[in-house]
Amino acid sequence: MLNFEITKSNDTRSGFGEGLLELGRKNPKVVGLCADLTGSLKMDAFQKEFPDRFFQVGIAEANMMGVAAGLTIGGFIPFTGTFANFSTGRVYDQIRQSIAYSGKNVKICASHAGVTLGEDGATHQILEDIGMMCMLPHMTVINPCDFNQTKAATLAIADLVGPVYLRFGRPKVPVFTSPDQKFEIGKAWHIHEGRDVTIIATGHLVWKAIEAARALEADGISVDLINLHTIKPMDVEAVVKSAKKTGAVVTAEEHQINGGMGSLVAQAISKHHPTPMEFVGVNDSFGESGTPEQLMKKYGLEAVNIVNAVKSVLSKKVMA
Amino acid sequence: MSIDELKKLCTQVRRDIVRMVHAVNSGHPGGSLGCTEFFVALYFEKLRINSAKWNMDGAGEDLFFLSNGHISPVWYSVLSRKGYFAVDELKTFRKLDSRLQGHPTTHEGLPGIRVASGSLGQGLSVALGAAQAKKLNKDNMLVYTLHGDGEMNEGQVWEAAMYAAHHKVDNIISTIDVNGQQIDGPTEKIMSLGSLRAKWEAFGWQVLEMNGNVMEDVLATLDKAKTETGKGKPVMILMTTVMGKGVDFMEGTHKWHGVAPNDSELEKALGQLEETMKDY
Repeated sequence: MLNFEITKSNDTRSGFGEGLLELGRKNPKVVGLCADLTGSLKMDAFQKEFPDRFFQVGIAEANMMGVAAGLTIGGFIPFTGTFANFSTGRVYDQIRQSIAYSGKNVKICASHAGVTLGEDGATHQILEDIGMMCMLPHMTVINPCDFNQTKAATLAIADLVGPVYLRFGRPKVPVFTSPDQKFEIGKAWHIHEGRDVTIIATGHLVWKAIEAARALEADGISVDLINLHTIKPMDVEAVVKSAKKTGAVVTAEEHQINGGMGSLVAQAISKHHPTPMEFVGVNDSFGESGTPEQLMKKYGLEAVNIVNAVKSVLSKKVMA
Repeated sequence: MSIDELKKLCTQVRRDIVRMVHAVNSGHPGGSLGCTEFFVALYFEKLRINSAKWNMDGAGEDLFFLSNGHISPVWYSVLSRKGYFAVDELKTFRKLDSRLQGHPTTHEGLPGIRVASGSLGQGLSVALGAAQAKKLNKDNMLVYTLHGDGEMNEGQVWEAAMYAAHHKVDNIISTIDVNGQQIDGPTEKIMSLGSLRAKWEAFGWQVLEMNGNVMEDVLATLDKAKTETGKGKPVMILMTTVMGKGVDFMEGTHKWHGVAPNDSELEKALGQLEETMKDY
């Protein structure tokens, strides 16, 4: 079950671009907005085919969030596009008041999340966005893992009424999920059945977790592997069921450990079934310039870091 | 309605405002009193609306967005007097479990309100999106907004100003309440606005001016503004008002921006405002 056939590498943002184009053809209410990053967000195909339903807002993200909120009044489903940093931290209050509190059906689509943005450095590498967006009442937060899952998620969020934060990234990464998958918001994907330890991963770290699980299985450690693509609302049932089964949990994400997916998993597990945990993520630090590969290594986001976290959590499990 | 009837309605709205803020010893009477003529003229004469059949999308209707949400008392009073909800509900202003939150929200489902406001600078962006939605829907009705002059300090306003002209959003009529006051003092002392006319014209807007406390001028200027729509430019009205208008001891000072009158001050204020309709 861990033997995925890698047919190609592709960037998750291109999955978003393809999904948006398909939505444009299927649903005349879908409109796009972009803050001067149309090429980077892969929104150019949508812009070309639907110029009347595409709004260039320039480098003015606060205004973009407000205009998107306004477009919902009249029945449109706006998809905003810019980097994750400018989609969240820069416009937190606009999202909070004009979108989330006002219950507007806006899809905030955010690329270049995390350190894999690479050479531009820490000013652009947001590692706090999942936390910020999960704190907002009624916000749905999704971090898909590859091209196909991002495309499927893009299609799915158009059918959900309410604000959504969709987070994806810049680099080409392995494509391993099914091209015709049905994306169920809020339903975790149980990638592999195991009994010794649970690994819960989201976004780019899912492939790393698969690599880690392969190495662990080769060492005789049976891994229960879960892809938590929807961080909020969380599939608490799947998470707790797995924790009960294995008695040890490791989370992995390209995000700060503080306030990230792992924190929210820990909250669910400590409430329903206290279990030893370890967290793979960025540890209270900003990123820096470098290639995505170098940064993933330096900031401890590789398969080996997940393997080490598993060994650590298993030792606590024995102690318990 | 006749000018006389509109003016009488204004004194009742002003009674509502001071009674609402007095009842909870909080809220913003100054800006509310200054903008009373504007709200009454808009809702009772100019907006093409159906208060009995309110819905969020407002298809085929004019829309209004209040960006400086702290002047909620005047909006709540006018909405209720227009029939969006029972006048009696004004009693619940700022109280627990009320739909009349301190700042306007959609969260509790109060009819007439389409977006939360209070954190300043956001309303123009939202209104522009709604105006563009009307264009996409081939809906020829208009979008109106109101902003404070202090609110012009917020950068997002100017992002929106640039966007509106670039995209030729010419189905919007915005208004700025130029009362020259903000919380810490006169606007010119706190953050000089310079020439608002020159600024908005430079941003590509058609700019009109009016005296917001003279009903005849408000009505005529709103008519003129309407004739300026559909010409490729967004329309801005710079509306001079006196903060606290109608209650002599509240007029022209920032001190009543967010302060409620006490019992004797309320009595004095109500003595200056005729009860022309029934108090709630």
